[in-house]
Amino acid sequence: MTVTASAGLSDLRSFLHGLPGVDKVGVEARAAALATRSIKTSSKAKAIDLAIRMVDLTTLEGADTPGKVRALCAKARRPDPADASCPPVAAICVYPAMVKVAAEALAGSGVHLASVATAFPSGQAPLEVKLADTRDAVAAGADEIDMVISRGAFLAGDYRHVFDEIVAVKEACGGAHLKVILETGELGTYDNIRRASWLAMLAGADFIKTSTGKVAVNATLPITLVMLEAVRDFRERHGRIIGVKPAGGIKTTKDAIKYLVLINETVGDEWLDPDRFRFGASSLLNDLLMQRTKLTTGHYAGPDYFTLD
Amino acid sequence: MFEYAPAPESRSVVDIAGSYGLFIDGEFDGGKDGNVLKTVNPATEEVLAEISVAGPEDIDRAVAAARRAFGTWSALPGAERAKYLFRIARIIQERSRELAVLESLDNGKPIRESRDVDLPLVAAHFFYYAGWADKLAYAGFGPDPKPLGVAGQVIPWNFPLLMLAWKIAPALATGNTVVLKPAETTPLSALFFADVCRQAELPPGVVNIVTGAGDTGAYLVEHPDVSKVAFTGSTEVGREIARSVAGTGKRLTLELGGKAANIVFDDAPIDQAVEGIVNGIFFNQGHVCCAGSRLLVQESIAEELLTSLKRRMATLRVGDPLDKNTDIGAINSAAQLARIKELSDIGAAEGAERWSPECPLPDRGFWFAPTIFTGVTQAHRIAREEIFGPVLSVLTFRTPDEAVAKANNTPYGLSAGIWTEKGSRILAVADKLRAGVVWANTFNKFDPASPFGGYKESGYGREGGRHGLEAYLA
Repeated sequence: MTVTASAGLSDLRSFLHGLPGVDKVGVEARAAALATRSIKTSSKAKAIDLAIRMVDLTTLEGADTPGKVRALCAKARRPDPADASCPPVAAICVYPAMVKVAAEALAGSGVHLASVATAFPSGQAPLEVKLADTRDAVAAGADEIDMVISRGAFLAGDYRHVFDEIVAVKEACGGAHLKVILETGELGTYDNIRRASWLAMLAGADFIKTSTGKVAVNATLPITLVMLEAVRDFRERHGRIIGVKPAGGIKTTKDAIKYLVLINETVGDEWLDPDRFRFGASSLLNDLLMQRTKLTTGHYAGPDYFTLD
Repeated sequence: MFEYAPAPESRSVVDIAGSYGLFIDGEFDGGKDGNVLKTVNPATEEVLAEISVAGPEDIDRAVAAARRAFGTWSALPGAERAKYLFRIARIIQERSRELAVLESLDNGKPIRESRDVDLPLVAAHFFYYAGWADKLAYAGFGPDPKPLGVAGQVIPWNFPLLMLAWKIAPALATGNTVVLKPAETTPLSALFFADVCRQAELPPGVVNIVTGAGDTGAYLVEHPDVSKVAFTGSTEVGREIARSVAGTGKRLTLELGGKAANIVFDDAPIDQAVEGIVNGIFFNQGHVCCAGSRLLVQESIAEELLTSLKRRMATLRVGDPLDKNTDIGAINSAAQLARIKELSDIGAAEGAERWSPECPLPDRGFWFAPTIFTGVTQAHRIAREEIFGPVLSVLTFRTPDEAVAKANNTPYGLSAGIWTEKGSRILAVADKLRAGVVWANTFNKFDPASPFGGYKESGYGREGGRHGLEAYLA
């Protein structure tokens, strides 16, 4: 079935509710089993560089200032000033108010500029406000928009509302890539996460993203596994490749590598690419740098050898 | 592609002696007639050690030692016996890395499984039955149940240490003493366990380990002073044992073969069902008596499910059992490999369609690629006979009634699996399946608290749980 923008609410509901269920015990066992993969030496080195290139280096605080954002941008361009072979990160992710500053700081670097929009993180604002938020961010220089869905509408069963909002935001994005944050920690079940993933993809998302980082449960391996299965199945049905972005709570190299293993053994190497997979994280980057230095020099350097964000 | 660099577990964590004697009355000594067997690493065909072959005189000595020990052991208060079992369980946990490596070396199973499945379950079994030792009066077998005497136990090669635990833990908890014979291709973890018993200061003679092949097992089960025989292995050998024990008054439990149906309904959680199918048949190279070796899939989703299954199988990693990323290790022996090849060739000759993922296999050792047969019917031999290898027969059904009828249409009845999101269907179908264990939306899950055993030619008696005590109490 193809759901078009003109399809009725009942079509969308019957499609989403017709998706195969997700067995909680099974999906968590599978994720836990993949987490035991042992990634060493040369494969670890490759994984670390890939993970660095997949980081959306993020600051989403009320206390963000132009100075803080410029510092983060400098770090994004050159995460390890001591090692020129260290790749830049994928993107910077900031609030709309900080986009202009970030755009200047990133000019010519190739690092993407993502902005959360649509009344992040709750999404509880009128559509017009969300669209204005989005347009402002794009106009200020963001080439990626991380929107939040209305979890309230989703949980109330008003899938059409969520679908239409995504379509509208996608349109407001213009040429910018749209990442749709499902806020999986508020959806309650893996069935809902699978449904929300499909809803977002059908409505035109370029990426589906787990979390805002602002609720109790953010990215987890089993949640990401369910979303990877969704993008895999969507690709088979519709031919379009949708990216996945776990965000929040991924802090260590070990964690990041577990996600790469998950991609490798679920959707394959087409998603082992910063255009298809991102880590929404901040403290992760320094751990990646520390492990990278450990692999090249053979010993750990102290935290003062890695820059503050 | 994201290639994983080799991540081998170190084999130097465990010491393997060049030769092993028999463990009788708390001491190791050579067999009386000096015969030996070699045990090899099935992944490389390297000889790991020479083991003594116990003859009739050795069995006499072992049973006599167990009989002597029975008097004091059975007279100990349950709480005292429990202390020994708790101690054994803790030592197994402490030495689990050594034991996991040893098990993978001798058996060929991936270290991931010996480390994450076998060893934790082994320790859990000893902990579980340790807990029963002082509560036997409340187990439902009368106010003062008594042990039987000497238990003669013969175990298979697929889960050497786990099967040892299933046999020894309830026997000791109930006050029996034990003469155990491990399989001739996988004796090393049992001999290591003998050392664990010494470390736990278990009184001499309570546990005796005798090694050897079929003849040794026959001497043991036929020994007149053995009160109880427990066997896990093939249905063929089980029949012989049942014949030889008949009329002797010995108690007998048999845990034999299987040809389990793994039933996938059209409303199943597909991705998890695929994992369950893979785990059901490829876990431990399919050397599992309760393996889900017959996939019964509802015809309306068969094509979609098989596509997913094949995609998943392509990611299975076959190779060095000691590599931490290996999913499928070596076939345990040349004889077993020949049996798997023979039945697979018969499957192809009978017209079933054979498929394996692209899968380079090592040059040395015993290997078989994960394989599925589609287009299999009840009339095919690969749908009826136990292959005991990584070979799945795929059949289809149209209605729940047909699924149940096909699932039950086998001489075996050890286990079954049901995959559906509909709880009422799980209960309705499970009720009609003639199998000792029925898993719902999972497969090959084990727990010491859960009884395990078969219907029909899969054997009789139950091991595990409260039920597992019954076989060792009068």
